[in-house]
Amino acid sequence: MGDQLKNTGSSDPDGLNETSVFERRSFLKFVGASAAGIALTSTGCKIHSKIAGKHNLGKGDFAVLNYAYALEQLEGAFYEKVTSNFYTGATELEKDLLTDISHDEIAHREWFRQILFLKKLPKLQFDFSSINFKDRMSVLNAAKDFEDTGVSAYNGAGKLLRLSPFLNHAGKIVSVEARHAATIRNLISYGNYAGDDISDANGLDQAKTPAEVIAHTDKYFITKITGEKLRTS
Amino acid sequence: MNFSKILEEIESVDEEIYDRIDKRRSVIKNFMTFSSKVALVSVPVALGSLFNKAYGKVPDKILEVLNFALSLEHLEYRFYETAVNKSNLIPAKDKINVIRDHEKQHVKFLQDTITQSGGMPVTEGKYDFTGKGTFPNVFSDYKEFLMVAQAFEDTGVGAYKGQASNLKKSNEILEAALRIHSMEARHAAHIRFVRLKSGYATIKPWIIGNDKTKGTPVERIYKRESDHRQVLFNINNIGGYKTGNAGTSSFDEPLHKKEVMEIVKPFMA
Repeated sequence: MGDQLKNTGSSDPDGLNETSVFERRSFLKFVGASAAGIALTSTGCKIHSKIAGKHNLGKGDFAVLNYAYALEQLEGAFYEKVTSNFYTGATELEKDLLTDISHDEIAHREWFRQILFLKKLPKLQFDFSSINFKDRMSVLNAAKDFEDTGVSAYNGAGKLLRLSPFLNHAGKIVSVEARHAATIRNLISYGNYAGDDISDANGLDQAKTPAEVIAHTDKYFITKITGEKLRTS
Repeated sequence: MNFSKILEEIESVDEEIYDRIDKRRSVIKNFMTFSSKVALVSVPVALGSLFNKAYGKVPDKILEVLNFALSLEHLEYRFYETAVNKSNLIPAKDKINVIRDHEKQHVKFLQDTITQSGGMPVTEGKYDFTGKGTFPNVFSDYKEFLMVAQAFEDTGVGAYKGQASNLKKSNEILEAALRIHSMEARHAAHIRFVRLKSGYATIKPWIIGNDKTKGTPVERIYKRESDHRQVLFNINNIGGYKTGNAGTSSFDEPLHKKEVMEIVKPFMA
């Protein structure tokens, strides 16, 4: 025993990106439906709804993706501000790393924008007045919170996705968010890349529900979002 | 154009999937209410017993994934445990012991989960951390140790990622695996950060292209990382934004189980 790793015989050698026929068909249907929406978006037609003045994320996989899109918009807008005028005393290493992180977040945001196409939320506006962009600790602490929250959001949302391609891509993004989180934490306090505040007794990272994450980040959203129609399992 | 018709069409995608591929999900859902009330520390027990009620046994496919994960955690734990106990190898400030502790916790967590799910946890293997002589000074030369550590961590991240869709039948196990997955990514970023900061390697906490690993012993880990296309979209300067290396660094890539086994094979005694 103990040599599972030597055992090349696997009943599922292609477990990666495993998709059922139904899923594949629906995924293509989704993409097709998005393409059909070109005409809609070009006429500026609003296709998402609001509930009590809040952007409704909707239901199903689209809603989960829109939830991620909203968070990526938040992160992207934050880092665009950070990198347009760095805080006082930023080192070359810090500028370099923050610039990379900013690029990753913009890439995530734009990818979701394209993937969601017809069903995407509008461009959101944010209130960053609680952050002093000239102050190193104010910026890094905010960044740490955004990254740790992002990780916990993706970890909590994975089970809400029905389509494997979406789950797989959320997985591709969350580990990058975790790399960002560890890096920001190291910049704040070297060696605290995975502190006890985010690691539980089993060595598991955090997972949070959309409701928890939306409540936690609410103060940054000028127009609020609501995930009340989202699945919970 | 009939807007509402198109919208209905789109909405139907999700619901159709819900009905057709996940009939059994509703069975599990009933138990979800219960499991959310269970204290975190007893989660492995809860996972197993819930499954035993729903299926009689956790699906073999899930147990296979858990044992695959456990075998990797065994390897990682023994690697760090050995290194941490070498005098004068690891500077205390680099806090590599934290990774060791996490891997130990992951081993225990997976063992408990597998046992409680009616499976048999794989035991620890015998390892050769020099990779059959490729890294002869892995436990005496810190630079070399970090090189191997990064290889294990990046492999771990890719391995968990590659198994996510195989765990969809269990919300609890999927979520637990995702939580280990992001922890491994934090470890990977830290090891890379140490190497960057110490000037041991021109590297970032994230993976840029294949990190110039072509022709090196670790190239197989990064063979998919040069992809700059995600589903249908080219990520390079996506949306007209100049995003530098994000074309590849913004998405980590999965590894197949077979690929992972090939990667770790030289480290098995």
